[in-house]
Amino acid sequence: MTADPMVVGPGAAKPTRTGYDKRLDQGTLAQLIADAQAITDRYPDPRSGLLPMLHLVQSVDGYVSRDGILFCAERLGITAAEVSAVATFYTQYKRHPNGKYTVGVCTNTLCAVMGGDAIFDELADHLGVGHDETTDDGAITLERVECNAACDYAPVVMVNWEFFDNQTPASATALADRLRAGEDVAPTRGAASVCSFKQMSRVLAGFSDGRADEDTGTGDPTLAGLRIARERGWTAPDAAAAPAEEAAPVAQTAPKTGEAGSSAARKPTTPSDTQPEGKPGTPEAKPDAGKGGQS
Amino acid sequence: MTLTPILTDTWDAERSWKLSTYEAAGGYDGLRAALAMEPGAVVQAVKDSGLRGRGGAGFPTGMKWGFLPPPDGGPRYLVVNADESEPGTCKDIPLMLTSPQHLIEGVIITSYAIGCHHAFIYVRGEVLHVYRRLLAAVEEAYAAGYLGKDVLGTGYDLEVTVHAGAGAYICGEETALLDSLEGLRGQPRLKPPFPAVAGLYARPTVVNNVESIASVPGIIKNGADWFAAMGTEKSQGHGLFSLSGHVQRPGQYEAPLGVTLRELLDLAGGMREGHELKFWTPGGSSTPIFTADQLDTPLDYESVGAAGSMLGTRALQIFDETVCVVRAVSRWTDFYAHESCGKCTPCREGTYWMKQVLHRLETGEGTDGDMDLLLDLCDNILGRAFCALGDGATSPVTSSIKLFRDEYQAHVDGHGCPFDPSAAALFLYTPKSARTPALAGAGGHR
Repeated sequence: MTADPMVVGPGAAKPTRTGYDKRLDQGTLAQLIADAQAITDRYPDPRSGLLPMLHLVQSVDGYVSRDGILFCAERLGITAAEVSAVATFYTQYKRHPNGKYTVGVCTNTLCAVMGGDAIFDELADHLGVGHDETTDDGAITLERVECNAACDYAPVVMVNWEFFDNQTPASATALADRLRAGEDVAPTRGAASVCSFKQMSRVLAGFSDGRADEDTGTGDPTLAGLRIARERGWTAPDAAAAPAEEAAPVAQTAPKTGEAGSSAARKPTTPSDTQPEGKPGTPEAKPDAGKGGQS
Repeated sequence: MTLTPILTDTWDAERSWKLSTYEAAGGYDGLRAALAMEPGAVVQAVKDSGLRGRGGAGFPTGMKWGFLPPPDGGPRYLVVNADESEPGTCKDIPLMLTSPQHLIEGVIITSYAIGCHHAFIYVRGEVLHVYRRLLAAVEEAYAAGYLGKDVLGTGYDLEVTVHAGAGAYICGEETALLDSLEGLRGQPRLKPPFPAVAGLYARPTVVNNVESIASVPGIIKNGADWFAAMGTEKSQGHGLFSLSGHVQRPGQYEAPLGVTLRELLDLAGGMREGHELKFWTPGGSSTPIFTADQLDTPLDYESVGAAGSMLGTRALQIFDETVCVVRAVSRWTDFYAHESCGKCTPCREGTYWMKQVLHRLETGEGTDGDMDLLLDLCDNILGRAFCALGDGATSPVTSSIKLFRDEYQAHVDGHGCPFDPSAAALFLYTPKSARTPALAGAGGHR
């Protein structure tokens, strides 16, 4: 795999020739090499450390630089081409210097129609940049982002991948102004303040910043169902209760489907789907046959 | 119908994410019970419970575990799919942010059951604080003796690594996730062999969704019958139903499977004031859309399937009459085109061309033949793509043309979109005239 003679194996003591040896001081470089080693030590196969290692080089350079690619290649004993192939596949790896803050506006369908398109347009005009472009002061890289699993808080804006829920064009431009002014900004759900892109990248490389216990509160949508259950005294079934006793409330959930043989009939029989009719390789056993995104 | 707070039950507690909070609520009782059982008995209990995969496909979880070949002395792996990215899906992220120990306990029990000594949690990289919480939760579990060498003095060893992805929807597909976890581009693998036989590092591997694994401790603690008493005959247990969109109180509603949208909407305060339901997704953007005709369809795997869609991830995205279905579908198609990994031609090219056709419909340049052209494209993707991403990309297109063909035609006849996009937004604004909604999405991703 190692066509280039400069490429050496993980943990090798030889001085690097990645460009970092000229740019970084000895202490910084030694720490970087130690961090890369700590990453690969987490996995049975060091190659599994490539994604976190790319986050790590972004924490040094603010993007995946040429030097960063060579560094990963050297640490893992693979070619720069192999590293580049991975780095260009994932959208979080930036191929040019990123701003201190990535401001991502969700413009997937649900957020878009509820106001995400308007927020993006307003921010783009306000900042004078488009998608994946950075303001002249280097503060903000604006992005359209895909669904970020906060649809119950739409429209959503992410700043360095912290949640800013229920945004408007006015709140988003005010947020951007504060970021550009260098103020501390707190997400609606997350740490007490948003960290920089480089600091974030270091965490994503698997190095804790000790901020997990910071909290700006659990949002109303997260607690929406639980609050109703508390108000009405609804709880999970009692573990001691026999299944038959629990059948009554369950049966109340069964409106007519109009479908003969629907499971809504809730016949009290052993579930047939636990019978081993499906074997690997058969269509009914294809574990993710139903959909694209999740298994 | 009543809600059943189980996974959500500690979410309103002070410092809900801490191990001490979880233990005070009875957390880790399930692990102690499991460690007193034979591993095979734990697998059997999960089979008996009827738990089916909560990540979308609904495959029986215990059966998936049962597909692992007999131990051969080599490693076996559990990989948790925490790459929640399906548009509309927003259940695993609040679970991990608010109560990560549910997942960690489930990981330990499952690992014990399948004979795994190194488990991985692959979480998408775009949720920084969730990743912090998971790292801290694992640290707390190590410190308490739930992880590491000799778990709770039983002689069982388990390491857990939390791994952050880097932005790729396709990594939610289980074999693409495994490639990504091996440090490669996240592209799906040919199956068979299934991960149970040759998964991570070509070793026997179980890949399960976060909510599936988080449901395991309750099953072990309270019994398979307890779990199976909830839900329907073939879709047993509890699930997180995530309401989003034009409803009064969007959010997480944990209920037995088989609940209906009408019931959930009632709990959520109904549609936004003065508006009515137009269309909705039962399980994310990859599941064919429904209308008010399915308000009383029980949200279980079988009933939703019989009604022509899929339960998916119970991601109930609710759209009222102000929303243009062509705009909605066009934006989802942008997403699939952007996230197509490029490995197979039907998906890579098909999503690209669907995007072009939908954009021209939106901008008033569509032709009378475009709807049939879209259906023909879908016909060439569905069942011909390498993985389920391509199939999912066709769902919103085919279902919306079937239900709202007149609305597509109106875009052709009227040379543009008849809807005012500002009517669908939650705030007042004046659309910037230079950009149509379609163009705003066009070329957004390079």
